[in-house]
Amino acid sequence: MKKVIFTLLILVLNFTLAWAGDEPATIESNRTAIDLVQTNADYVWTLVAAALVFFMQAGFAMVETGFTRAKNAINIMMKNLMDFSIGTLGFFAIGFGLMFGESATGWFGTTGFFLSDFKVDGDPWVLAFWMFQVVFAATAATIVSGAMAERTKFSGYLIYSFVISALVYPIFGGWAWGGLFNGGGWLEKLGFIDFAGSTVVHSVGGWSALAGAIVLGPRMGKYTKDGRVKPILGHNMPLAALGVFILWLGWFGFNPGSTTAANKDIAMIFVNTNLAAAAGCILAMLASWLKFGKPEIGMSLNGALAGLVAITSPCATVTPGSAIIIGAVAGVLVMFSVLFFDKIRVDDPVGAISVHGVCGAWGTLSAGIFAIDGLSLSVIGVQLLGIVACFLWVFPTTFIMFKLIAKTIGLRVSPEEELEGLDLAEHAGNAYPDFEVSSYGGMVTGSGPGAAMPQPALATSKQVEVS
Amino acid sequence: MKKIEAIIKPFKLDDVKDALNKIGVTGMTITEVKGFGRQRGHKEIYRGAEYQVDFVPKVQIGIVVDTGLSDKVVDVIKQTAKTGKIGDGKIFISTLEEAVRIRTGETGASAI
Repeated sequence: MKKVIFTLLILVLNFTLAWAGDEPATIESNRTAIDLVQTNADYVWTLVAAALVFFMQAGFAMVETGFTRAKNAINIMMKNLMDFSIGTLGFFAIGFGLMFGESATGWFGTTGFFLSDFKVDGDPWVLAFWMFQVVFAATAATIVSGAMAERTKFSGYLIYSFVISALVYPIFGGWAWGGLFNGGGWLEKLGFIDFAGSTVVHSVGGWSALAGAIVLGPRMGKYTKDGRVKPILGHNMPLAALGVFILWLGWFGFNPGSTTAANKDIAMIFVNTNLAAAAGCILAMLASWLKFGKPEIGMSLNGALAGLVAITSPCATVTPGSAIIIGAVAGVLVMFSVLFFDKIRVDDPVGAISVHGVCGAWGTLSAGIFAIDGLSLSVIGVQLLGIVACFLWVFPTTFIMFKLIAKTIGLRVSPEEELEGLDLAEHAGNAYPDFEVSSYGGMVTGSGPGAAMPQPALATSKQVEVS
Repeated sequence: MKKIEAIIKPFKLDDVKDALNKIGVTGMTITEVKGFGRQRGHKEIYRGAEYQVDFVPKVQIGIVVDTGLSDKVVDVIKQTAKTGKIGDGKIFISTLEEAVRIRTGETGASAI
């Protein structure tokens, strides 16, 4: 006890001495101290938000694997893992410079490659900013994985993953966001509003997904000759739901973090993000209930994501009431979009094109329609220009890229590999060796090529009672 | 000896097992199976597309009993597994030639 009191005494004495030794505070020194606290808070908030956005990778991985078959689970994990890893290095080497480097033309940056803006003993803000931006680049990249699931050749996918993070995403991103650092894009100079990236991140991912799904073609057994859709059941709805909850959480970094500053703006952005997600989820559920007779989980999950994607662009510039409308429209839109793409036989196992491409475009438009400082046709015009510019840049370039990959190293696995499952064919693995796992693929009516098992030995027999 | 194979609704398994225990059935083997009879499956919805599930999950109970107990076993299964709705399942009864207890080598009724 004596020892403790003695230690405390020394501590108090030290503090008093230290206090006494300081220069007397002036207005100037107080301002410097306050600025330092603000700067430090900005760093902390930006990096905490970056960590939340990083966690969205886990969300995407769970949504994708939940909505696809067990025989491709390892492949989905590997693609998501590589999207982030390759995306990180690609964005470090090339992407960041193209997006945020000094740009004389407004079309692409020409400095800042290999993180050369960082100097030892220099301002480390570029590091915090880069970290926040790299998780965004990886988000755009990983959106595509879901739409191309269950049939894409892994080596071909790796090429795509590098190209989108190093070239496709950063170039469009620079048009809209370059001015956040050293750059300055032509689109942002026109007044284009995309606060956290409905277009920059989500539509870029969504339109790339559309190109990928078209070049690949549908999974075997998805569409019958007489034009019917044969659903290929995802193997784990709880994982898909977990993924959506993780993404919802991650979005609280994605949108409010895009201030890259610890200020009061984040409160409204936070609330708007949550309201739009909730409204999207409820409306998608109701729409599916009315249309199919039951509240369907796949659509409800997509609805939450649709609301989140839509509010990403307008989250800082609309009222909470508008956020609900924006999310609600996205929730209905996503269901009809999913049905539409199935009708035109673009096979998107997770609904990535509808959630990210279509609802990204809607959200970007809504930023003009619901602008907090009043409706302006010229703003809506610029928003439309941005939406169209995104499509015209992303879709053709990625379409050509996927075609080139298909012509050279190949984009799609062989039919045998597809039936056997990519886990075994591409990775020589089995995601669930201790479970009985049966994949009824597109062949829900019984055995057949779609019913390929990941391993021949099954614990449970499947006898058929015939009366 | 009789071999009785009953295909029942999975949620009825516990009731049937308990009822059989009470009348002196000391062992059984169950298998998770899928199939269809007159019930003809049901419809499910996945991401907006409706599809037919033909093979409905059932549990198949396999029991071997002395011939004298056979009718009682069938009666008990009939009563406990019945819901009255289509899809309650079926019972198949056949004569069994021989049974062997691996540990002791006993055969016939004492091996069951």
